[in-house]
Amino acid sequence: MQVGYYPGCSLESSAKEFDLSIRAIFKEMGVSLQEIPDWNCCGASPAHSLNEELAIALPYWNLVKAEEAGLDKIVSPCPACYSHLKHIHEEVVKDSHLADRLQTIVGKGYGGKTESKHLLDFIKEDIGLERLKSSMKTSLKGLKVVSYYGCLTRLPGVNLDDVENPVLMDEIIDALGGEPLDWSHKTECCGASLSVTRTEIALRLVRSILEAAQEKGAECIAAVCPLCQSNLDTRQGDIFKKYGTLYKMPTLYLTQLIGLTQKLGFAQLGLDRLIISPVDLLLKKGIIEK
Amino acid sequence: MKYLSSQDIHQFRNYILSVNGEDVSKCIQCGKCSAGCPISPEMDLQPNQVLRLIQINDPRAVLRSSTIWLCASCETCSVRCPEEIEIAKIMDTLRKLAVEAKVPLGEENVVKFDEIFLDSIRKRGRVHELELVMRYNLAIRQPLKDAHLGPIMFTRGKLNLLGHKIKELGRIKEIFRSSKRIIKGQE
Repeated sequence: MQVGYYPGCSLESSAKEFDLSIRAIFKEMGVSLQEIPDWNCCGASPAHSLNEELAIALPYWNLVKAEEAGLDKIVSPCPACYSHLKHIHEEVVKDSHLADRLQTIVGKGYGGKTESKHLLDFIKEDIGLERLKSSMKTSLKGLKVVSYYGCLTRLPGVNLDDVENPVLMDEIIDALGGEPLDWSHKTECCGASLSVTRTEIALRLVRSILEAAQEKGAECIAAVCPLCQSNLDTRQGDIFKKYGTLYKMPTLYLTQLIGLTQKLGFAQLGLDRLIISPVDLLLKKGIIEK
Repeated sequence: MKYLSSQDIHQFRNYILSVNGEDVSKCIQCGKCSAGCPISPEMDLQPNQVLRLIQINDPRAVLRSSTIWLCASCETCSVRCPEEIEIAKIMDTLRKLAVEAKVPLGEENVVKFDEIFLDSIRKRGRVHELELVMRYNLAIRQPLKDAHLGPIMFTRGKLNLLGHKIKELGRIKEIFRSSKRIIKGQE
């Protein structure tokens, strides 16, 4: 199986381990990822805030590049990238004026042939839980995990699961032999880039997510967004300084949890890159050995 | 802007409707958007107040609010609205209207961040996170903000020092030059 891949900017830097673990587990399941050649940033939220046309043109150019490379399906790990690519694809296909305008701006036409998938729905629908299970060499051994979706299910163009009580990730964790816990903060906001611009707001939001996870008895959080993971993982020290509560709650990418069941290497999955280390937890559960 | 000088009570509502298809007059002021908004404690106007001010044609208060910039576009308001108003989409439109109207902005730092972010894309085709944060810190004159995270992010391999430039940078610059319309429906 071959599929187009749009990593997005964070996966080259703060979320490198997301990229590493995706490549590793897909290889293990026999899926070959073909990166969109010379892909560009989707514009993220700032383009939407400041310039409507840019917010459309930047994802559009990626769709063009994917189409030129013959990729009829692309998988995006970042919910924002995914939403932009999918939403713009849908808009361009149904609005010929917009399509003309974009052809003028970008200088290239788009035939509307590139389908976007988020990592979660690609794993569930295209790979399938059976194939995932058959790639497993060990299990998560009852690891208590809370799935954190953030705003993924509500973003424009996204139609993955129940908007406020999604279960897609929980099903995958269950298949991996983990214990997905039902909890209150599955889709609460992490504060996104307010973590940079109004840090105290993000600290308040992240703290309430960590608190809810801890209260539920979670041993770790599973995430599928580079910004969510970064806010949850890197801000725990600041939360301790501000609120005096030390959570030490590891936040792993779902793909790292999958890779652990495939017995892939610790560094290969980028687990050594997490700020709150999951080593002690994984040793205690017997998921990894010394 | 023409709606500012108008006597027409529905002018601002009509303008927003024409730009993004969202009809604010459907709002029944139930307050569900504000109750569910994760950032409402820090906002100067509650989301339902923003909608009410649009209904009574007060763009001045709305466009100067911190609310439109603190909105993280998490879309909780949009999915909970009993009238199916896409409130997050309205916030998105209001941000662009505020920039276009050149009014004093309610959260200048958020706008600075967004501008530097876009500039990073213009120069590289992709965002270089480290450069983005450093340039932002300089712009807000807090060069050491979050510096304590630097060493651990570096040792954990989370800082890409050099960043990446895409090959077809010329076309990115052309896209930036040609994307003139800040908001739909503009000439």
